[in-house]
Amino acid sequence: MPEARAVSKHDQTREEERDQHSRTSHDPDERGHFGPYGGRFMPEALIGALEELSAEYDKARLDPDFIDEFNRLLLNYAGRPSLLTEAPRFAEYAGGARIFLKREDLNHTGSHKINNVLGQALLTKRMGKKRVIAETGAGQHGVATATACALMGLDCTIYMGEVDTQRQALNVARMRLLGAEVIPVKTGSRTLKDAINEALRDWVTNVEDTHYLLGTAAGGHPFPVMVRNFHRVIGDEARGQILAQAGRLPDVVAACVGGGSNAIGIFHGFIDDADVRLVGLEPGGHGIESGEHGATLSEGTPGMLHGAMSYLLQDEDGQTIEAYSISAGLDYPGVGPEHSWLKDTGRAEYRPVTDAEAMEAFQLLARTEGIIPAIESAHALAGARKLGEELGRDGLILVNLSGRGDKDMDTAATYFGYVDPEGEDAS
Amino acid sequence: MSGLDELFADARTEDRGALIGYLPAGYPTLAGSTELLAAMIDGGCDLVEVGVPYSDPVMDGPTIQAAADTALRGGFRLRQLFELVESVSARGGRAVVMTYWNPVHSYGVDAFARDLASAGGLGIITPDLIPDEAAEWMTASTEHALDRIFLVAPSSSEQRIDLTVKASSGFVYATAVMGVTGARDQVGAGAAELVRRTREHTKLPIGVGLGVRSGEQAAEVAGFADAVIVGSAFVAKAAEGPSAVNALAAELAQGVRNRTR
Repeated sequence: MPEARAVSKHDQTREEERDQHSRTSHDPDERGHFGPYGGRFMPEALIGALEELSAEYDKARLDPDFIDEFNRLLLNYAGRPSLLTEAPRFAEYAGGARIFLKREDLNHTGSHKINNVLGQALLTKRMGKKRVIAETGAGQHGVATATACALMGLDCTIYMGEVDTQRQALNVARMRLLGAEVIPVKTGSRTLKDAINEALRDWVTNVEDTHYLLGTAAGGHPFPVMVRNFHRVIGDEARGQILAQAGRLPDVVAACVGGGSNAIGIFHGFIDDADVRLVGLEPGGHGIESGEHGATLSEGTPGMLHGAMSYLLQDEDGQTIEAYSISAGLDYPGVGPEHSWLKDTGRAEYRPVTDAEAMEAFQLLARTEGIIPAIESAHALAGARKLGEELGRDGLILVNLSGRGDKDMDTAATYFGYVDPEGEDAS
Repeated sequence: MSGLDELFADARTEDRGALIGYLPAGYPTLAGSTELLAAMIDGGCDLVEVGVPYSDPVMDGPTIQAAADTALRGGFRLRQLFELVESVSARGGRAVVMTYWNPVHSYGVDAFARDLASAGGLGIITPDLIPDEAAEWMTASTEHALDRIFLVAPSSSEQRIDLTVKASSGFVYATAVMGVTGARDQVGAGAAELVRRTREHTKLPIGVGLGVRSGEQAAEVAGFADAVIVGSAFVAKAAEGPSAVNALAAELAQGVRNRTR
């Protein structure tokens, strides 16, 4: 009897894992629309590849062997489930509300990005393609992609804006060590959006043997729904963990939003819990009034960029406005279409957080909890501090700590003046 | 009968290919692009494509990207597009607009169609709008009697070619190679095959673009297509001024009259 119970529990777990990939009422329509957003605003030359990807993904998401292989990699390679850590000393600076951190920083490669790249790399092999291309901003997605390609023996080319290769030189070295070719992109604003443009140009030329492993829940269908589903594990784990540790659901789930992949992953664990507020924190840069920010949902208007309709930072002629953030992973002028829809329906709220607020939270978490977050994730932490003030001591906040801050040490050292001036003896 | 129908009927009567030339609006300046478009028409382009400079031109190679950047840095505004189209019409030329979709969406699809039609423009070529997403444009183009030029690619399935040509009017734009815009030594061998496949689904004229830069290539493409579309080669010549553009148009116009069979 005990053995029978164990088997059934195991099966139940497997069922739950598969559920992350099953269809739900939150899926887009057949052509990838979330309300008016999403779809495929792509050159015809790439539609064949998107159709092939959709067909393969639709088969894979229902294939127990595929899901099992994906889950085995998450367990034995990525290090999932990631921890849920309460942050009581940090919470003292957040109105005294209880704050729990979903520790995606502890995953292999140091961020949530590994979930999606493992899923898409498996799909690449399933499609019989040998070459992977990807864009990267901060380098987290590039490193994760290079990692998955090394693991699975795929050729890997990463496009990275030249400005970002300078901000994140160590990640460039990491990707090269992992065997990827890193191409600095020198067009446009030389950041994430231009890296995506260049990756799309590569894809349209080499689509026959190449998969574009897009790193966020944006782009033409099926990318937004597929990337979301590979990240649903974050929210599903966190929901179980917070129920176990806090005994109830959180009042608020907070996550940073650039393209929006970590946020959509954690939001989905709670999307049917109507009492749980979902709050996305966008890069407010030097402040909304300065015009130098990346707060797409707070300040943008609907349009098409990189294959989907979504909120965008654009001028009145529909030209993209370059985004700014101290965080290389958030300065993107677009955002995933599902976030656009969640904003319009009111299911999620989006607020800007400035560079200064994010950096303060970055340092605060390090000094109160001994955890160095990615600057991206520090935006969610800064947002949580304000939410905590609003909720007071009875509040319960779940923060997605989407990545670790090792990659940001150069930026932080400069920002806080931690580096001793050259030539001076420390003694 | 639309202006494009007439154009292709005339070319067919003369047993030649039609020549279509592309230049971005506002490059190198607004006045400069007016002169360059005039030089293309005078040199023998049957139709000009006035390109809308866009901040994120994912289908374009370095030549057109750089020209678009120059135009935008020079302060090009969308409303100036219609002045340029009007200048082409006033000269007795024919113009369509080639644009990524977001500028049109942002301007308002119906307003854009209305202003283009009143400037004498004949239609829009839409490199990143597929018929599946084009409901608003289908309505606006019908309302304002504009042609819808959608693209087919070597990777398009038979089903997609069929869907695309059924939504198209004026002509169908066949992208000769898988890749971005830019002059090439050889036009993809896949071009003739794509035209053959497309003809099985439509009687509309078919134009072939991406890569053509010489009279010889124009003659080759005119051997199997109804129109030869030249972009990057014109943009490269634009740096040398109107006379260079005029000379290239003349060479290509000769080419489409010497169809290689």
